[in-house]
Amino acid sequence: MIYYLREGSQKLRSFFQKKRLDQDLEAELASHIDLAIQENLKQGMPAEEARRKAMIEMGGLEQAKELHRDARSLPILEKFNQDLRYALRAMRRDAGFATFAILIVGLGIGACSTVFSVLDTLLLKPLPFKDPASLVWIANRTKMDGDLSGATLQVGRMLDFRERNRSFSDVAGYFGFYGVGDSKLTGEGKPERLSSVPVSQNFFPLLGVQPYLGRHFSADECKWNGPKVVMLSHGLWERRFGSDAQIVGKTIRLDDADTTVVGVLPASFDFAAIFAPGTHIDLFAPFSLTKETDAWGNTLVVVGRLKPGVKLARAQAEADVLGMQITAEHPHANGLDPKLAFLGDHVSGPMRPAIAVLVAAVAVVMLIVCANLSNLLLARMASRQKEVALRITLGASKRRLIQQLLTESLLLTSLGALLGLALTIAATRGLAHLDAFSIPLLSSVRVNAVVLAFTLLAALATGLVLGIAPALQAAGMRLNSKMGQRGSGETKGHAWTRSVLVVAEIAFACVLLVGSGLLIRSFLRVLDVDPGFRPESAAAWRVDPSQQYKTQAQQNAYFDEVLHLVRAIPGVQAAGLTDVLPLGHNRSWGAGAKGQTYKDADYPDAFVRVVSDGYLKAMGMTLKKGRDFSERDTVTGATPVMLINETLARRLWPGEDPIGKLIVGDCVKGDRQVVGVVGDVRHVALEQTSGSEMYMPIRQCQDWGSVDLVVRSTLAPAELSTRVEATLHPLIPDLPKGSMRPLSGLVDRAVSPRRFIVWLLTGFAFFALILASLGIYGVITYSVARRTQEIGIRMALGAQSSMVRRQIVLQTLFLAAIGLSIGALASTAMARALRGLLFGVTYGDPLTFVLAAAVMLAVAILAGYLPAHKASRIDPMVALRVD
Amino acid sequence: MPQEDKLDLLQGTLDVMVLRTLQALGPTHGYGIARRIEQVSEKQILLNQGTIYASLVRLQQRGWIDAEWGTSDNNRKAKFYSLTKRGAKQLAADVAHWERLAAVMQRVLAMADEGEKS
Repeated sequence: MIYYLREGSQKLRSFFQKKRLDQDLEAELASHIDLAIQENLKQGMPAEEARRKAMIEMGGLEQAKELHRDARSLPILEKFNQDLRYALRAMRRDAGFATFAILIVGLGIGACSTVFSVLDTLLLKPLPFKDPASLVWIANRTKMDGDLSGATLQVGRMLDFRERNRSFSDVAGYFGFYGVGDSKLTGEGKPERLSSVPVSQNFFPLLGVQPYLGRHFSADECKWNGPKVVMLSHGLWERRFGSDAQIVGKTIRLDDADTTVVGVLPASFDFAAIFAPGTHIDLFAPFSLTKETDAWGNTLVVVGRLKPGVKLARAQAEADVLGMQITAEHPHANGLDPKLAFLGDHVSGPMRPAIAVLVAAVAVVMLIVCANLSNLLLARMASRQKEVALRITLGASKRRLIQQLLTESLLLTSLGALLGLALTIAATRGLAHLDAFSIPLLSSVRVNAVVLAFTLLAALATGLVLGIAPALQAAGMRLNSKMGQRGSGETKGHAWTRSVLVVAEIAFACVLLVGSGLLIRSFLRVLDVDPGFRPESAAAWRVDPSQQYKTQAQQNAYFDEVLHLVRAIPGVQAAGLTDVLPLGHNRSWGAGAKGQTYKDADYPDAFVRVVSDGYLKAMGMTLKKGRDFSERDTVTGATPVMLINETLARRLWPGEDPIGKLIVGDCVKGDRQVVGVVGDVRHVALEQTSGSEMYMPIRQCQDWGSVDLVVRSTLAPAELSTRVEATLHPLIPDLPKGSMRPLSGLVDRAVSPRRFIVWLLTGFAFFALILASLGIYGVITYSVARRTQEIGIRMALGAQSSMVRRQIVLQTLFLAAIGLSIGALASTAMARALRGLLFGVTYGDPLTFVLAAAVMLAVAILAGYLPAHKASRIDPMVALRVD
Repeated sequence: MPQEDKLDLLQGTLDVMVLRTLQALGPTHGYGIARRIEQVSEKQILLNQGTIYASLVRLQQRGWIDAEWGTSDNNRKAKFYSLTKRGAKQLAADVAHWERLAAVMQRVLAMADEGEKS
């Protein structure tokens, strides 16, 4: 068997040594004839006869050479090589066509491969953890969407669950209420706000993440008030510590405390890409699972690893039972009602409909590309009929002709694929750096082997699809009928195929136009939503009081100072403090009206914000009733007060005036008096109405995790940034420069996944529109050229040029009308599938459909008018003389 | 002699003939091999001498024969082919195969008639 391998490799080698081997054979054959002549001469033949006999016995020389070549090399490869050279020549002859074809195939394949690489990263590729298929997201079922307090688990309940369940080999978690920018790094270099996530000791081991340097947290470090240690993300280690290989064991200054670095995580581990898309996480600290953290209520985001062979449904059934038991055993703590989902589904599940839309869209784009190119190739085939006929006459077999023509189209698509690959590499690079987009895993989108294979496959498939029609047509050509005919001759069926292709293009483009139209309208509707605050001309800074402000009185004095300083800046209209900005984390507490009794399940919850006076004005929120907080709402001597939003007011006291009423909650210390009612703010997402909200005065409530200063001003952003930072510098020396965050950024980030889809789909639709118009233009131009004589005769017989023009435009409109009707039907089906992504428009939105049809029609008329205009200028005399 | 009377070469038979000729003659050039086969077959097979070169290059690529340029008896340049060890082994296997096949063919053709079936 081995000699076949050997023979194969030899054959391949001889394919590349063609010239040398041919010369060798030439010499050998010459020597053969020479030997034969010598022998014949020896037998006494005359020289002439000796030579003749030698040649006869040899048989055909060329035939011998051909046989030799076939035997020594790979005939298929030889033929392919020939075809390829021929194709290259043909391409050079028609460079304009080739450039255009390569360009649109490149764009089409580029779009396909880019979307595929996103699909691959988000949906196909397993998460970058050990055995990711057994990782499960464990969260409480919630009453309110986006309520992190509801979804997270209390430490005690998580420990109970971990101990008693039989489905999971381990359960770990991280502290869900970490804040982006919560940790302050000082010491060497510029002070900087970093994001730190506290994780349970077994969190990284459970995921199967091994430290790049150093070690995991020890049990001792995970005790309450244990030694201060951190693990660094790979990015921070590179950026801030210059990839210091000796970093482990060193001390850094974090939140004014000496903290030991115990490890560095690998570059492959990107916490934010999976758990907090659109953010950066720099550090990881140990989170203790003790009675102290249990007292904080629901805080843990929990991940478990299923034991081998355990099905999710079984784990869920067990979790339901355990949840009820554990909840019953702890009547005074938060309940446990876990909902399990595979981690992969939890992370990328929400993106699935959007990706499905993109995949469908690129598929349609690719179909249009194929239809368009098929059309062009058919047109070209018509003008190459003579050439093909000649080749048939010279003895080319049908198979050989088809092979040749397919090689040509494959060459085109392969070159197109190369361009597409370059585009994909550029596009995926761009996508991976879109930090502002809160789409999971986007940062790890790459061109990998799978994407390469996909691109190759796409090139082959398109090459075959668009080459097959012209190839078959050429093969079906009859000799006698073509040789003598004019180059522009074309059969009825041929023209019909081309019209069908154009109609298909119009229909497909129509589907894309409607789809992107609906999404654009949804996007505009989302931007139009009144979020309850005015993000423009407002900005925020992190201004957490440092460790030196220990008592509440000291902290209150600090808050007063910050607000006074900033409000004194000319141009600042309002300033206030808050513990949480909209469209970020949300926590909720119980909030019941005093004197009311509620059933457990019905006990009212509300999102909590801890804010200062002036916050409402700085945010541009509206006070509907009562008063704002004041500087006098402090601990000493003042009544505990609060603000509530309209939804909570309606929930607690429907039809009554809530001002002056009291609220008791399990987390509100003592009763609080409602002093004002605030307009609802969309805190979860722009698309979602807000739930119940309540506002605590920051001077009466120390339960905040971070403090943001919000400033509204008439100053330009750059000016505001320098003024505020300079003003606060004496009070907060380590306030990082340029740490201002415009509030408009919050909205931008919230709508970023939607904008991502809209961008891509609109791009596709635009591309499709151009291709469709080129398709129409091509077909009409062609039909005009074919009918030059006819038109010439008609004009010679007195037809008006306007008549000719009108007739051709009507022909275009006819094609467009058929395409649009089919497109409208297809669009309705597509729009129905799109429903989940729409906001504020119905899937049958008439305006979108009418606009899409109008755009399509306008483009079609334009594409048809140009050739029509040309036709109407035909000079009958010239036309009649045309060959 | 009219062409129709000559035997067409069966697929693969030429390769075996070439190997056997090289074994019998030792290093020989293409012309020599072709002449020898013609002589031995008593001109009963249809052989264009040129076709032998396809067979030679095939055998060479399989490593069954070697080739080297040299000079013939009458001082002409020619490419000489010789059987390799592997080629000898292959030839032995081929010979066994052909002998079995020939024997079977003979037995089948010599089968006695058993009369009508009915």
